[in-house]
Amino acid sequence: MSAPFSWIRPEPWGIHVVPADAWIDPGRPVGRALVTHGHADHARGGHGETIATPETLAIMALRYRTGVEDENGELPTRATPVEYGETIRLPGGVDATYIPAGHVLGSAQILLEHAGERIVCTGDYKRRADPTCPPFEVTPCDVFITEATFGLPLFTHPPIEEEMGKLLGRLEAHPDSCVLVGAYALGKAQRVIAELRAAGHTQPIYLHGAMEKMCRLYEEHGVELGELRLVSDHAKDAMRGHVVVCPPGALNDRWSRRLPDPITAMASGWMRVRQRARQRNVELPLVISDHADWGELTRTIEEVDAQETWITHGREDALLRWCQLHQRRARALALVGYEDEDD
Amino acid sequence: MDEFAALIDALIYTRSRNEKLRLIAEYLRATPDPDRGWALASLTNELDFPAVKSSTIRNLLKERIDPVLWTLSRDFVGDTAETASLLWETGQVGAKTDVTTSLSLDEVVGRLSAMTRGTVATELPKLLDALDVNGRYALLKLATGGMRVGVSSRLAKTAFAQAFEVSIDDVEEYWHGLEPPFPELFAWAAEGEDPPDIENLPTFRPFMLAHPLEETEVSLKDYAAEWKWDGIRVQLVRAGHEGEEQTKLYSRSGDDISATFPELLDALPINAVLDGELLVRGATQGGEEGGAASFNALQQRLGRKTVSKKMLREAPAFVRLYDVLILEGEDLRELVWEKRRKRLEGLMSHLPDSHFDLSALVEARDFEHLTEIRERSRDDAIEGLMLKRRDAPYVAGRRTGLWYKWKRDPLLVDCVLMYAQRGSGRRSSFFSDYTFGCWDGDPDEGADLLPVGKAYSGFTDAELKKLDRHVRSNTINRFGPVRETDKSLVFEVAFDSVHESKRHKSGLAMRFPRIHRIRWDKPVHEADRIEALRALIRD
Repeated sequence: MSAPFSWIRPEPWGIHVVPADAWIDPGRPVGRALVTHGHADHARGGHGETIATPETLAIMALRYRTGVEDENGELPTRATPVEYGETIRLPGGVDATYIPAGHVLGSAQILLEHAGERIVCTGDYKRRADPTCPPFEVTPCDVFITEATFGLPLFTHPPIEEEMGKLLGRLEAHPDSCVLVGAYALGKAQRVIAELRAAGHTQPIYLHGAMEKMCRLYEEHGVELGELRLVSDHAKDAMRGHVVVCPPGALNDRWSRRLPDPITAMASGWMRVRQRARQRNVELPLVISDHADWGELTRTIEEVDAQETWITHGREDALLRWCQLHQRRARALALVGYEDEDD
Repeated sequence: MDEFAALIDALIYTRSRNEKLRLIAEYLRATPDPDRGWALASLTNELDFPAVKSSTIRNLLKERIDPVLWTLSRDFVGDTAETASLLWETGQVGAKTDVTTSLSLDEVVGRLSAMTRGTVATELPKLLDALDVNGRYALLKLATGGMRVGVSSRLAKTAFAQAFEVSIDDVEEYWHGLEPPFPELFAWAAEGEDPPDIENLPTFRPFMLAHPLEETEVSLKDYAAEWKWDGIRVQLVRAGHEGEEQTKLYSRSGDDISATFPELLDALPINAVLDGELLVRGATQGGEEGGAASFNALQQRLGRKTVSKKMLREAPAFVRLYDVLILEGEDLRELVWEKRRKRLEGLMSHLPDSHFDLSALVEARDFEHLTEIRERSRDDAIEGLMLKRRDAPYVAGRRTGLWYKWKRDPLLVDCVLMYAQRGSGRRSSFFSDYTFGCWDGDPDEGADLLPVGKAYSGFTDAELKKLDRHVRSNTINRFGPVRETDKSLVFEVAFDSVHESKRHKSGLAMRFPRIHRIRWDKPVHEADRIEALRALIRD
């Protein structure tokens, strides 16, 4: 009998599911990858087979041509879709079940079962309601592998209604300007748009060109975003009094010169810290995150109540400390390649 | 307090100088006395609440949350006040007391002033409980000083001048004779009453400052040259009616340092405002003739609240005079430099040699000759030269083209990065403070590195990002907020001078060290040795 959980091994570039020779969110090309969601630090191109939800595979097809035929009609990479709640049997007797993580469209936790042991790898997740994806489901397990992006007690994401109120209030106070919102192109941007719609904002919303395809993909998957227009198709004056959404990198870029007196906003959990907002020259910080905040991380660890908690990336030191203080067995995994994305 | 907190918040996120001016001016016009005076005092760093220290806040928080979690959070945010404002309510059930009426800034200042070391631990939490997260941030910044909202004292005064359409020069002139919350200043500017009477008070007058001379040549017909002595710039002021005269000594920032140099207070026999360099007697700068000890010798006397007789005997201070601003009630600042210089020279015979001398002019045939003279100044341990426009009046602040400082080229030494720490303010979360060392012997024979200095500047934002990445990926040890790196990177460090110091293990301390170049290419064993640095001492 081998040691508990020895069939799953954290390596610097991903989590190795040994009997299946599969990797969760590997940072380099592998034969078989189990991908939790489409963000670039989790999903990469070039794997022989990618097993993910149909939505994640659609995102990866768009970004990396995963599962798409090349010009010779060949299929260099295979895509195996697994619906939420569905279980797939992997080689070596490992069962993988994909469960909603509430992070972005298609995001999943992966439950792995082998030799009577259950391990859940969350990828990234949040516990707040999000009109663009189904909510996180608490799944009992023996080992809970959690992210810790906002794993410091100072991170408390305010209710999204408050942040929408700030955004719409600023827009109303400056009818001759536009509010330029920097938002991660996959997930955050669509959520901000959907939340604006939920808050009753029916005006057209202008997009940076780099966001168009992902917004269309969301719409194809049933997420309604209302009327979207491309900045490049419209005159400066048409955008006065409107919301413009762009990737964070474009906020201080020359691109924004074509906008009418933009007020620079950024939608990110990091905006909770003033100096972080100042570093990015943000005038209107919007604390909106697709990750669990400190309260949600610790509550989730308690609700899942696993024998062991493994912490992947982010502020792992503090979450590890919390686990110690609450007599929970925990360890930090030194994975590389996960970044403080602009979330 | 809500309005003040909102102002602070708005200022933090505002980039444009004009918009900042507008926000402050609008606040000053809309807010009643004395709240607006306290706000102005806080923006100009004029408030001090001795009972409330960063350590007070730290200790309060460590009682509320786990100390390790506090330290990790503080380290991430890079600012104690902000971290505390964010964490105050964490894990506290029903912490918020019933607040029906908002506190006024005046009440907050009153309560902060009344706190003592004994009561602060019980009183400060009551204030924090009564405020929301923005209010707590403003309160803690107000209490500990240093608002870090991207507003200099000068900008705040400019906003005041704009708000009430008065001259900024007048504001500067009156400023130093007044105390927060500045009722006389508001009465004058906002209500049109008589200006504050400072003529018979020994108040600080704003200094005239110099720009660095960069790749410009000036004609010596237009400019006079003086040595740039390496002491501290001071203003000595005597004022008051006969028999009631008071004398004060001010530092460059306008701080009253009279108590630190009592020997100068009785030395001035007439009412005057004098501008000069404070030095200690010695023979380092400019040799015997120069008559001044190194900055290091002066440093032994700085920052002391009281001075021993021994100290007065061993390190006697004197003022080397540069300029005269006011003489026996006559304001000379409108006069051109040449005329003021004549008046200063005429004054010298009335001043005791023991405590005053005149900063000599440096005579040169032409600019080229002056350049040669400047290059020799290192041997004389002098910082460099000052160039002053002969036909310029004495104007407050830094005006283009009037005064230049022309420092000699810095010394350079190759050091190895040893430790890094996160910065604060705009650099919070970046590893931007670097400690570097030199080899204590031959590195190929196993010599160690010993720290020789610390620098925070001299690199671009792009270089900072790269350095931050270097530190993160080459950390070999963590000591609280300090990261020890793997000693793989060489900095070319520029500095003005180096001195003996007991404070450092290497026995050396650099003056004004900054990163001159990052030598990504240079192998660490080629960095300099301690002896090389020691050879540059000119004490």
